[in-house]
Amino acid sequence: MATLLLGRSRSAIQNLLKRTALLSALTHSPPPSSSAASHVGCRYRAPPSQGNRSLAVLFPFSRHESTKAQIQLQQTHLAEDDDTQVQLDEVLDFPGGKVAFTSEMRFIPESAEKRVPCYRVLNDDGVPMPYSNYVKVSKEMAVKMYSAMVTLQTMDNVFYELQRQGRISFYLTSMGEEAVNIASAAALSADDVILPQYREPGVLLWRGFTLQEFANQLMGNEADFGKGKQMPIHYGSNKHNYITISSPIATQLPQAAGVAYALKMEGGKACAVTYFGDGASSEGDFHAAMNFAAVMEAPVIFICRNNGWAISTPIEEQFRSDGVVVKGRAYGIRSIRVDGNDTLAVYSAVRTAREMAVNENRPVLIEALTYRAGHHSTSDDSTKYRSIDEIEYWKKARNPVNRFKRWLESNEWWGDEDELKLRQSVKKELLQAIQVAEKAQKPALEELFRDVYDQVPSNLEGQERQLRETIKKHIGDYPSDVPL
Amino acid sequence: MIASMRRFGRWVSLVSKREFSNSSGFEKNAEQSPKSLNLYSAINQALHIALETDPRAYVFGEDVSFGGVFRCTTGLADRFGKNRVFNTPLCEQGIVGFGIGLAALGNRAIAEIQFADYIYPAFDQIVNEAAKFRYRSGNQFNCGGLTIRAPYGAVGHGGHYHSQSPEAFFCHVPGIKVVIPRSPQQAKGLLLSCIRDPNPVVFFEPKWLYRLAVEDVPEDDYMLPLSEAEVLRGGTDITLVGWGAQLSIMEQACLDAEKDGISCELIDLRTLIPWDKDTIETSVKKTGRLLISHEAPVTGGFGAEISASIVERCFSRLEAPITRICGLDTPFPLVFEPFYMPTKNKILDAIKSTVGY
Repeated sequence: MATLLLGRSRSAIQNLLKRTALLSALTHSPPPSSSAASHVGCRYRAPPSQGNRSLAVLFPFSRHESTKAQIQLQQTHLAEDDDTQVQLDEVLDFPGGKVAFTSEMRFIPESAEKRVPCYRVLNDDGVPMPYSNYVKVSKEMAVKMYSAMVTLQTMDNVFYELQRQGRISFYLTSMGEEAVNIASAAALSADDVILPQYREPGVLLWRGFTLQEFANQLMGNEADFGKGKQMPIHYGSNKHNYITISSPIATQLPQAAGVAYALKMEGGKACAVTYFGDGASSEGDFHAAMNFAAVMEAPVIFICRNNGWAISTPIEEQFRSDGVVVKGRAYGIRSIRVDGNDTLAVYSAVRTAREMAVNENRPVLIEALTYRAGHHSTSDDSTKYRSIDEIEYWKKARNPVNRFKRWLESNEWWGDEDELKLRQSVKKELLQAIQVAEKAQKPALEELFRDVYDQVPSNLEGQERQLRETIKKHIGDYPSDVPL
Repeated sequence: MIASMRRFGRWVSLVSKREFSNSSGFEKNAEQSPKSLNLYSAINQALHIALETDPRAYVFGEDVSFGGVFRCTTGLADRFGKNRVFNTPLCEQGIVGFGIGLAALGNRAIAEIQFADYIYPAFDQIVNEAAKFRYRSGNQFNCGGLTIRAPYGAVGHGGHYHSQSPEAFFCHVPGIKVVIPRSPQQAKGLLLSCIRDPNPVVFFEPKWLYRLAVEDVPEDDYMLPLSEAEVLRGGTDITLVGWGAQLSIMEQACLDAEKDGISCELIDLRTLIPWDKDTIETSVKKTGRLLISHEAPVTGGFGAEISASIVERCFSRLEAPITRICGLDTPFPLVFEPFYMPTKNKILDAIKSTVGY
């Protein structure tokens, strides 16, 4: 087959690379070349305002109205194929835009020659990269971000221990992902509606959800906004535009497209922001969401925390693509890969993505490369499937909190005394919050039957009456801390 | 899918006409001059009113822009614009997920699933998301503005995937409502109630009746109550309960039974969850007998729930076992559809044997 292809192809030297790419694709070895690589990783530029003038000459037929996508498609053909046997005088007038013909049979390789690079601002030592391009952060903002990261870290440590002591039933840390949590939240506006997965409590923390409110949810007491109906860590807060978490993976993604469409129709300057992990990108809902958001021109930022692990499944067993960032292009969505452990890089990327989303009514995909430094949850022991060395490397050498701290210190914005004071006060506040939350009553029994519908239907009224009769007879069968 | 759908439009007009009486179909709140409409036009009228009366109402789904494969959305995009009435990609979980998000921000999201047979990819979004959205947040959030419309049921030539009646799956899900109209006048009033109800609703439209069922439908904006069954004809010997297209079959059986001197009480359940037990209970306490009929397979069908509930409430008043005349426990068959269906004579025989028990 390879011989045949070579025999049929033209001898032009400039095509050699592409032919090699085809051969490689067919023989399952890594392709040596792809012009696509040059498009990714480059800095954001405003989209071309109009189609290339020469297009009018090249494509004289206009059966279909010219769309943005069409212009992009045509430009892509011109850009990528100007050195190949593209027959520009013969085009396929196809629904959705004209497609140039080519006499060369060339399969698109399964992957680009180079992996999509990862945008970063600070290196592992917290030193800005030379020529780095980022959104400037004031001292006040930087300190606030760092303080929130430390608070999140402390909260995770304390609540994790609380679960180990059996005082709450379940917990799930965000350890190692503090930068994605806090920096993305800091880059957004309070009007932006968050549709979280479950490893983004930092976004809620940033928006002003108090440690007491976190503790109330974990205890499922009467002050819990969710009225004790969901497992610990399923936070939600209307006043913080943070839609209540549900456990199923990726279900929030198509909803984010709907929320974004609603925000667009309201005509304000807000977007929807949704978070998910690498595992979630395998779900059908991810596909649905990306496609809907693109087609509906919905201002939504998809933030994928690619943390390497979906419980015990490593990303090599999750997908064969170059991560998640490359999937954006297949849906017509602008995308960037960012160092998720670099606070300034995440902040800059999300700020810029937000501007695009809100000003241009378009979705943006951000893949943040980070690492789940903790176990999946308190029900998991990750040393059963990954090495302690790997965990330690990410916890220490690539710790996002330490990296950002070094940068603050180098600016002389933060010192050891600040650090000690902050950690002590957060811990104190947490212990106090836990005490209060533990003492608070559970939600009353009637809450069991409320909020299924806007009003309690007659079948539930009947079931409540029946249950209360049973409780009277068998009071010992039921928890004593739920007010009847 | 689309091609087969378009064929349906033709087929539907070819199938033998189902008789349908609207004798008791009218309710007092229907006042303005009625106009003769078929069921899809009544749905269309309801959607026009919904969009006209609420600027935050949206209609979307596969192929709705040009009017929909069953013509239910005809003229909406022209009148209300493509921002409020639009096509979506072919992806049911996306349609419902998108609708939940739209509704969560206080909009009326009226989503169309092209056939109830294709609603399963959206099952997770309906069951785990829409149904629990309010409960799981302690009423901080809700997606009550969501209404999912889907044509359901037999159509004469639909085979496995254009004929199913999946209502029972959704009746097992606290947090959503399931509503099925039997006629054009009912469809308009119930759909408007569903759209304006502050809870997510799955609204199944009997596609066999889209063109066949014609009755006078008031032109004004009216709503019919949810969770209220309606007694269509009074009787003393046996109670018959059904919903949707099956009611016209049951009514024919009632008329034939009458010739044999059996007086049947026919009830349209209308809302399947939360359902009106009281009306059925009152009727069964009077007649002492109950027959339930639906197109969906008998095992695990909603008839089983009605049967169990009525035994609980009316055991001492029952004079015969409760009978279910339903679809068979097979996939919906193409050539064998006439054998599969709960036909008039199957019902008539069951009425006779129950009354003679």
